[in-house]
Amino acid sequence: MSEIEFLNWVRGPGFQIAIIIFVAGVIIRFAEILLLGRKPNLAEAKGSEMSSGLRTIITRSIPDKGTFQRSMFTVVAGYIFHLGLFITIFLFAPHILMFKDIFGFGWPSLPTPVVDAMAIVTIIALFAVLIHRMRNTVLKFISTKEDYIVWLVTILPLITGYIAFHRIGMTAPTLLAIHILSVELLLIMFPFTKLMHTFTIVMSRWYGGAISGYRGVKS
Amino acid sequence: MSASLDKGINALKEQVDSSVAAFFSSCTHCGMCADACLFYTETGCPTATPITKVEPLRRIWKSEYTLLGRIGKMFGLNKKVDDELLTKWEKRVYDNCTLCGRCSMVCPVGNDIALMIRKTREGMAAAGHAPEGLIGATKRAVTIGSPMGVKLPALMAQINHVEKDTGLKVPLDVEGAEYMLLLSSMEIMNFPEFIEAIAKIFTKAGVSWTISTEAFEATNSGIQIGVSDIAAELVQRIVDAAEKLKVKTVISPECGHAYMAIRWDGPNLIGKPFNFKVRHILEILDEFRKDGRLKITGKEEQRLTYHDPCQISRRGGVIEQPRNLINMFSNNFVEMPDTGKMNWCCGAGGGVSTNERADKVRLKVFQRKKDQLDEIKPDAIVSACSNCRIHLEDGLEEYNMDIPLMSLTETLAEHLAD
Repeated sequence: MSEIEFLNWVRGPGFQIAIIIFVAGVIIRFAEILLLGRKPNLAEAKGSEMSSGLRTIITRSIPDKGTFQRSMFTVVAGYIFHLGLFITIFLFAPHILMFKDIFGFGWPSLPTPVVDAMAIVTIIALFAVLIHRMRNTVLKFISTKEDYIVWLVTILPLITGYIAFHRIGMTAPTLLAIHILSVELLLIMFPFTKLMHTFTIVMSRWYGGAISGYRGVKS
Repeated sequence: MSASLDKGINALKEQVDSSVAAFFSSCTHCGMCADACLFYTETGCPTATPITKVEPLRRIWKSEYTLLGRIGKMFGLNKKVDDELLTKWEKRVYDNCTLCGRCSMVCPVGNDIALMIRKTREGMAAAGHAPEGLIGATKRAVTIGSPMGVKLPALMAQINHVEKDTGLKVPLDVEGAEYMLLLSSMEIMNFPEFIEAIAKIFTKAGVSWTISTEAFEATNSGIQIGVSDIAAELVQRIVDAAEKLKVKTVISPECGHAYMAIRWDGPNLIGKPFNFKVRHILEILDEFRKDGRLKITGKEEQRLTYHDPCQISRRGGVIEQPRNLINMFSNNFVEMPDTGKMNWCCGAGGGVSTNERADKVRLKVFQRKKDQLDEIKPDAIVSACSNCRIHLEDGLEEYNMDIPLMSLTETLAEHLAD
């Protein structure tokens, strides 16, 4: 297989397989959760479940002052790498071209040097998060193999993307193929790991907010 | 209560619903819940991390309610829930958690971790892995009617004292009364002043009220140990009495979990809505205030603070009422750092105070409350839960702190104008 054939396979059938697994997996996971259902609350309500749940989806993004002080590293590093992932995935011009291909519409991009710098910042933040996980007493204790695997499949597309953009070491088609392959690995792992929190966070925050809000507590 | 591992596993299965599944799916193991839990911050022990306390429930969710887990189960790859696991988890779930719910307010993905721990207890108890102290209290609650073994004659004796001291009548079994008052065993045995305070305030307010001799106990060991059947039975006794006396409102006394049990869990436990209202005593007093039924005389000049009982504030939604009431009789009210829905637990709720095995750790984690108090140096602490009150007194003594504890209802009664 020539490097162009390899790239074409990765871009074509390989990508399609990954997308199918991703989409089907996410749908299955959503069904698994929602089909379980939840008993209606029979106690006299003090507040609305719906509006409290929706409110918490937004408000839980900002920790209260005491929590911020106590968990500062997790909050700051967490914000940086989540923001960095968003920028590098969705605001990088070549990525937007690809999304336009798939969805038929695009959106404005950030200047490439900004995205480039953000990629480095995100990689550094992810390494900081990894070191924190391996050294902090609590995180060391609660971490599982999955936590480390998920870390790896998250950082791989960033590193391979950075190398591909700067054409370090190999020819452009091979570097691009490796980058896309790492994204496919991420897509395949996504529905079956904690990466699902990207979507389920909306549900968990809603449920948490609804449970509190029903009792008249803003959470 | 015959218990077995199978029953425990079945109980855990029954606890999984869409909220639990969403919570488990969202957890990223960020560890922020540990920083929100006084059993971690004050001991530095990572086994106290709230989300790890629900491991038995997580295993059941994973192997029974996820595709990957079910495949894993077919090949025998899943981590099992067995007696060894539950034995190891017993202290984490019962001794090192007060179900205070502070973790639930901090979790960045919004998981109600306290609810998940409460649900985990259902499995632990059904499998026979609950602490002796709580099992004893629960048995007494079912057979005698009170976790502390308080019977009607004990209540009658206290009521006689109150009536003699005040010249007021404590109405018993009055049909058609507006309010039916519940009491905790601790109030009956340790703080009968509470009954006196209610008699004074309700007489002044000119409202009709009563205590049922058939169901006066407000506490509910069933929700602490995690046995819904028993919790439901204890709730049903109150429902029967309230329906028999045709009261409009049942009042939950100064007790945190009693409020959770009757106000929020009650109808769900017995499977039907109540045909009467349930209110916390502080809600009722605040309604009296709004209606102008409370005439207060003399203001306290000493520095007062309010300790929010977790099940009343954060888990119960009664947050502004105590502040409104305290400001009626205080010129010098100060909030602790981290207050209201973010207050720190005293360290003895959720059955911890009933569990002798946890005596050491509950006093150790009191350090958190001490730090809060040291920052504002109050002259006295007001609260609205007898369990908090007893443990706060214990903790203050342990740490050589001389700060008096006051019940909000009792203090209010002392300031009633003649």
